[in-house]
Amino acid sequence: MVEARGVSKVYRLDGVEVRALDGVDLEVAAGDSLAIMGPSGSGKSTLLGLLGGLDRPTSGTLRFQGRDVTRLSDDELAVVRNQVVGFVFQSFQLLARTPAVGNVGLPLVYRGLGRAERRRRAVSTLESVGLGHRLQHRPSQLSGGEQQRVAIARALVTEPAMLLADEPTGNLDSRSGDEVLDLLARLHDERGVAVVVVTHDPGVASRFRRRVTMADGRLTSATEDSGRVSR
Amino acid sequence: MRLAEAARVAWEALRANKLRSGLTMLGVVIGVASVVLLVAIGTGARDEVTSGVESLGSNILFVAPGNLSFGSTPALSRLGLDDVRRVGDAVGDPRRVATTIASGEIARVGARRTNVNVNGTNETIPLVFDRTLSRGAFFTAADVETRRRVAVLGADPAETLFPDRDPVGKSVTVGGVRFRVVGVMSRVGTAFGVARDAEVFIPVTAAQRLFGVSRVDGIAVKAPSTGEVDEEQRIIREVVARAHPEQEYQVLTQRDILGVVGRILGILTLVLASIAGISLLVGGVGVMNIMLVSVSERTREIGLRKAVGARTRDVLRQFLLEAVALTVSGGVVGILLGIGGAALVGRFSPVPAAITGWSVALAFGVSVAVGVFFGVYPARQAARMQPVAALRYE
Repeated sequence: MVEARGVSKVYRLDGVEVRALDGVDLEVAAGDSLAIMGPSGSGKSTLLGLLGGLDRPTSGTLRFQGRDVTRLSDDELAVVRNQVVGFVFQSFQLLARTPAVGNVGLPLVYRGLGRAERRRRAVSTLESVGLGHRLQHRPSQLSGGEQQRVAIARALVTEPAMLLADEPTGNLDSRSGDEVLDLLARLHDERGVAVVVVTHDPGVASRFRRRVTMADGRLTSATEDSGRVSR
Repeated sequence: MRLAEAARVAWEALRANKLRSGLTMLGVVIGVASVVLLVAIGTGARDEVTSGVESLGSNILFVAPGNLSFGSTPALSRLGLDDVRRVGDAVGDPRRVATTIASGEIARVGARRTNVNVNGTNETIPLVFDRTLSRGAFFTAADVETRRRVAVLGADPAETLFPDRDPVGKSVTVGGVRFRVVGVMSRVGTAFGVARDAEVFIPVTAAQRLFGVSRVDGIAVKAPSTGEVDEEQRIIREVVARAHPEQEYQVLTQRDILGVVGRILGILTLVLASIAGISLLVGGVGVMNIMLVSVSERTREIGLRKAVGARTRDVLRQFLLEAVALTVSGGVVGILLGIGGAALVGRFSPVPAAITGWSVALAFGVSVAVGVFFGVYPARQAARMQPVAALRYE
């Protein structure tokens, strides 16, 4: 579904070149289950951003469903993000003034769906993550675990083929974190959504079928279980 | 994103910061209100002057010395009673020709006194200017010929000097000379806050002696019909030019006068509106400032919207609409204030004020334009953000 070949990403920060990614080869297949591990600064978040079309590689080729991103305009890339990818962030990134149902419906705004239809889909998605009783709550009225589930619902409402989560449990206590991981596993098992998670926690990573480790912008190891996502 | 959706998001963003939005709007409100109000006053002034000139009658031609243009020094008239006669002969009917020499004087009856505008005229005033008398009769050609000291009072001095008596037949002292009242003019009302009834008519010959001059200020001719105005203008111009080759004279129709007055008031209105427009500009800068703050505050929101599929134009439209919503709400409030202000000015001051559709439409259009103009830059800042960097922004 997404294929990275020799992908590098170089940032310029105050005139200093930072090589965040250095020739990474990685493929995410439909229905994949992948954890990207590594210490902070190893480039794992940058890689996740590239896999989700949030960013473009400096060199190398990146293909979405066979299409080279360098051939896609910014707006076409926005459409890819809207249609194919769902993002979950460590800091949730919910709109503070907007109730849960509005936050979840946000991606549908950019599909041009009307209010009633957005609400209908947002409600059913919130129910599927167990938050049917929190529709009108604002983020500040929700616990951290609930906020992250709202964010997951927002990522799912477009029915994406791939869910990308950047340290989804990083701001949560272990119980809420487990709930979020259970939810991701369930989505993978039941809906066949490809799930890619970035984490520095081996315990979290162990719940994914494939695991790759990064250091200094390179992939250093890859392991793969034969079975499904462990519970 | 649908336009209605973008408008709703913009409106909610403004409501989330009510005080800030209100204060930002205030700049636009003040600018728009003052443009609407000042244009209303300018228009009102022009309407009043126009109707004042029109009330003199549409067939009137005026002979006056010099060059009627804004800023030129008024020249002293060298017209005399000979010229009045020449013009009368040229147009073939002396009854259609009036002349005047005017000066401010004090009129007195016993202990009562009042300031009046003394008009030395010939007997043709009622006919030429369509004026009627409420009492008595206007003085005659013979009164003018024999320089008789008779006077026709305007409605105001008649009331002030003779509060409970019929003035006709009584005497009145004007500029220290006694005149016998023969008539009282009907009331004509005020124009542009100036009372036009504070006048006293006396024979032009008597006035020349009273003022110690032998000239007249000007000559007015009433053409028999509107169609003959241009032809008479040509005839009179020729006669006056032949009689006074040494000095330039203007023969003006009412249209000419309205043209000049209209131009002057038009320029004045434009200048006033431009000054008010500057405050609108300042208001626009305030909008731009607050939009830049808003964009920077919402960097993460912009990053998120882009991450979930907002295209460049979606973000651009959202923030542009927010700026336009600010200025348009300010514009609507400003227009209402301007209309209210004009109503108050018209009611409680002598300055007339007339709201015109075009000034309201213009004010509305300008507030939209200010929003677009000052909103584009902040909106582009927002639209150009890179999602990864925007999401990490602290």
